[in-house]
Parts: sequence; C-alpha cells; structure tokens
Amino acid sequence: MAAPLLEIQGLKTFFFTRKGVVKAVDGVDLSLNEGETLGLVGESGCGKTVTALSIMRLISEPIGRITEGSINFEGKDLVAATESEMRKIRGNRISMIFQEPMTSLNPVLKVGDQISEAIQLHQDVSKKEAWDRSIEMLRLVGIPSPESRVNEYPHQMSGGMRQRVMIGMALSCHPKLMIADEPTTALDVTIQAQILDLINRLKERVGSAILLITHNLGVVAEVAQYVGVMYAGYIVEYADVITLFKEPRHPYTVGLFQSIPKKKGSAKRERLQAIPGLVPDLLELPKGCKFQDRCSRVFQRCREEAPLLLKLNGSHQVRCWLYE
Amino acid sequence: MNEEILIIQRLKKYYPIRRGFFAQEPVLVKAVDGVDLTIRRGETLGLVGESGCGKSTLGRLILRLEDPDEGTITFEGENILSFDDDQLRKFRRNIQIIFQDPYSSLNPRKKVDFIIGEPLAIHGLARGKELEERVVELMKVVGLRAEQRFLYPHQFSGGQRQRIGIARALALQPKLVIADEPVSSLDVSIQAQIVNLLLDLQSEFGLTYLFISHDLNLIEYVSDWVAVMYLGKTVEWANQEVIYDHPIHPYSEALFSAVPTTDPLTKRKRILLEGDVPSPINPPSGCRFHTRCPLRIDFCEKEEPLLNKRPNGSLVACHVR
Repeated sequence: MAAPLLEIQGLKTFFFTRKGVVKAVDGVDLSLNEGETLGLVGESGCGKTVTALSIMRLISEPIGRITEGSINFEGKDLVAATESEMRKIRGNRISMIFQEPMTSLNPVLKVGDQISEAIQLHQDVSKKEAWDRSIEMLRLVGIPSPESRVNEYPHQMSGGMRQRVMIGMALSCHPKLMIADEPTTALDVTIQAQILDLINRLKERVGSAILLITHNLGVVAEVAQYVGVMYAGYIVEYADVITLFKEPRHPYTVGLFQSIPKKKGSAKRERLQAIPGLVPDLLELPKGCKFQDRCSRVFQRCREEAPLLLKLNGSHQVRCWLYE
Repeated sequence: MNEEILIIQRLKKYYPIRRGFFAQEPVLVKAVDGVDLTIRRGETLGLVGESGCGKSTLGRLILRLEDPDEGTITFEGENILSFDDDQLRKFRRNIQIIFQDPYSSLNPRKKVDFIIGEPLAIHGLARGKELEERVVELMKVVGLRAEQRFLYPHQFSGGQRQRIGIARALALQPKLVIADEPVSSLDVSIQAQIVNLLLDLQSEFGLTYLFISHDLNLIEYVSDWVAVMYLGKTVEWANQEVIYDHPIHPYSEALFSAVPTTDPLTKRKRILLEGDVPSPINPPSGCRFHTRCPLRIDFCEKEEPLLNKRPNGSLVACHVR
C-alpha cells in the first residue's frame, strides 16, 4: 500500500495569549490518500480551521505555534519546512478555499488577474498562457461565458459565482490536496447544491484529494468518503462515511446526530435529544475526557484519564473508554 | 380548526434607491411584492426561501416596524395598518420577535435584568419588586438561573444569549411570536436545546409562531404549515406534511430536493436549478421563477401566476402545474 498523501500525527497547535494557553488543536491524527475526500466536522472552536491552517503553515506566530507533531505531505514534513519551501507548496501542491468568497478575493483586481497570478507564480508560463488557462478554469467550474466574466471584478458576481472562482483558482495549478473550509456555509441551499455537485464532479476529473471542513453533517454525507469528528481540539471519532452515519459510537457523535431534526416517520414532534451543557473553555480543559461534563455515559475513568483513540472494526476509531 | 389570528393579503413593500444623479424615475427594490398568508392560533407557520426573498422584511411589516405600500394585515380581526400610535403600542404587546443574532440584538451596556424587564417597564405592567419577580420567573422559564440577572450579555454563550432574547420576547405574554432565524447562528448541539425550548413554550403558553428559517429540516420539524417565498412572493403555501411529500411549485420542489440528506446511502434525486436568484430591483416579468424554471413555457414570461387552490389543499402560483 502506497504511503498516504497526507499524514498528520499528534499535531498540537497552541495559542499563547495573555489569559493563558489556548489548546486549539490538541493531538490530531489524520491520514488522507490520493484522490480521497475526508470530511472534518465539529462545532465552532473545535479546532477544524486551525488544523487546516497548520497544514498550510498559516498560523500567525509568535502568538500561535505548532508545538508538537508532524504533518507529512508527499513524504515531506511540513512542520519543519522553511517559509520559502512552503511558498512553493501553497497554492501549488496544496490549495485552500474559504467560507466567505467575498473577503478572500481581492476586490480591486479582475478575477482573471487573480487566477493568472496564482498560475504564473507557480508555473513557467507567459502572461497570455496564464490568462487563457484562467478562462479554461472558469469554464471548468461552470461559469457561463467565461471569456467575458474573466474581466469582471468580484463585486460584479454573486456569492455562488465567487465561490466558483475560488474553486477555479484553487484548482488552477492541479494541486494534490485541496482544503475547503466551510465552502458552502455562506450560500443558499439551491446554490449550495450547485457547488457540492461541482465539487463532486471536479473530484473525479481533477483527481485532487479534498479535506472538507464543515459543521454540516449533510454536506459531509454528500461529498466525503471518510469523516473525522472533532471536539475541543482532537478527533473523537474517525470512520468511513457510511459506518459513521450508520453506527456512530462516540457519545458526542451520537448526540450530534440526535440533535438534527429527523425526517417524518417517527412520532410527530418527538423532542430533539439535545446535548446538554456547553463546549468546554479551551483555557480550562477538564482532566480526563473533554466531553465528560456533557456525556450521558460518563464513568469514573473518564474523569481521571484522557481517552486514547481506540481501533474498532476496519478503519473505525473512537476516542472513548466505553469501547476498550 | 383553530381561528385565524393573522391574515395577510397582497402585501407589498418597495424600497426606493436612487441610481445616478439624473435618474428620473426612482428605482425600486421590490422586497415584498404580493404576499398572502394566514396563521392560525396556536400553530406554527414556517416561512422558507433563500436570502433576499423578503422573509425578514415580511416579519418587520407584521410588527409594523415598517409600513407596507399596499395590502392588508389583519390581526385578531382588526386592521393593524389603521392603528394610531396609542393603539399601536397596545397592539405591539401581542406580537414579539426573536432575532437571529443574539450578539447584536442585546444591548451590551445593560445587565440582563434590565434587558428582560424593559418591555414590562415600558408598558407599565410591573415595577420595583414585582418587576424583579417577573424577570426571575421569565429567566427560569427559559432555563437561566436567577443570579445570572446581574450579568452583562457578553458573559453569556450564544445559546444563553438567545435564551435572554426569548425571555425578553415572552415578557409581555405575546400571542404571536415571530422567530426570525432564531437558531441559525448557533452550533448544532445548542440549536436543539433552543428548538426544544421554543416548542415547550408553545405548548405551555399556547403561542403562535411565525418561524422564519432557511433550514428546511428544522422547518419540517417545527411547522404545521409552510409558506415558500421566492423574490418577494408566496409561491406555495400548504400543510407541512403535504408540501414535504408533494411540493407542487417547481421552485419548492427544487428547494426541498437541494437539502443535503444526513444519510449517505440514499442519494436523493436532486433538481439543480440553473443560475442565481435574480435581483429584486428588476424582477423578471410574468412568473418570477421563469428564468430558472425547468418546466417553463412561453406563457410564464407573459402573465404572472396567482395563488390558487389545488386538489390536495395547497395554494400554488404556477401556470404549468
């Protein structure tokens, strides 16, 4: 079996603030093979985005720092890479698309210039070739009449169109890995459906692996093959998408599924099974399992010892003492 | 069947925007452009539609925070558009709103006891000791602790702030509560807590809800009736079970089919709409949906379809179906 494209081991990214050390990412392990799609789900503040920014080495130092762990990408440890090495990787081998396409595009440059810039930065092509490639990318992401839209500025486009431009730009150098951070959260449902359909089609065509970050389990079900569920800085459950949705094991994952309003069939207006309480303060994490205060199946060991990621069947892993 | 508490007919609200110095005619944004709705006492009407379709403007019109350009709003048999200031103040006790963003809808400089008690004070319903008791009681109802009343909003989490907003809305014992995206800024596990609270309060106090949301799973869960809006118009209005099983309007059909399923095995047959929602400044002629409709015929461009009753009881505005 070939080595995975991306392998993260024991990643810890901390922020050293005046109030104390915020353990935003506190021991993340992940691996992703070429061409696969991994969904990373969790609620706000669970460390999804910081994990992505760590891979891109975009954590703003000295406040934030990767304190431990390794990120192996194509056989190279990104944690140890120099800034100039990273510059060759970002946008080229690994690209990223963000939640808000308006703030991540430059408002004073034509979209064609922005895509060309990325292409020229990484590949030895003339300005004209880069421009033509930009038009091709816009066509690929389904923008109508790309020859004229390439001359437009971001504000002339709708949210869905801008997100298509972002995806086109991200794919312009044929990256091995594309990180999509909440790519459809700012969009309406019918536009979200268009973008998810586009991501699914491009996945087959371009062959990039995708790390999809989202809080929406529905989006994960549509796009991902594997899913990692994060809670308060680490992965609490990992499985292929069907196993995770059919047999969630971690009490947090189970709780997440139960909090989603169900389809009909069950008795009308059955109360939602909410997870009680709040996400713990990352400055004052409890000893032992981080989910203990909200867990319905907590027992003595959970309060004393931090659980390890335990292997169940196949690729299924869960960080919970119930399964030891 | 319960009596009708709120009836809205042909409601329109246009906002003028100036475009260019020499523009002769004012340019109008047609935010709400012909909405018909009825809400019955003790029931929940779910209002769905994409951003910019006029959902929130409609909520503001019902509260008379804005005055409509055309149409009527009847609440408990009275035309609220004819109310003078005095009547309006009394009327507003009956309808309260819960906003989407609990961060911007609470005054950051006021403590919670003031925020929740202010409506009671304004309407002269309680003061002093009695006011304090009412505030404590309201906080208990929404699941906050009495001693938390001396804290400021920033000392609460998002979900707790939304509880404060709910307590404030309930202070005047309203008959109708407009919930404008009440949980969309909250995390999934917290959303369920707030939704449960809203439903408990409904059965306890017999509240009527106008529930505005773009989350179609949530609307299915909370609503008795569902109205679908597109570019300022009601395009379909039906019983919740009927519309989720058999949406008739092609827009409703596409909208419901676009919801991501939480089951990776059942890939739903999805209807992908072409293009984006057109601008409400110059909405398409005839049926507004014709530019994106997979079923359009020539006639759709020419004549605007009106809501009419279908055999299954739904009201639908479509020429083709």
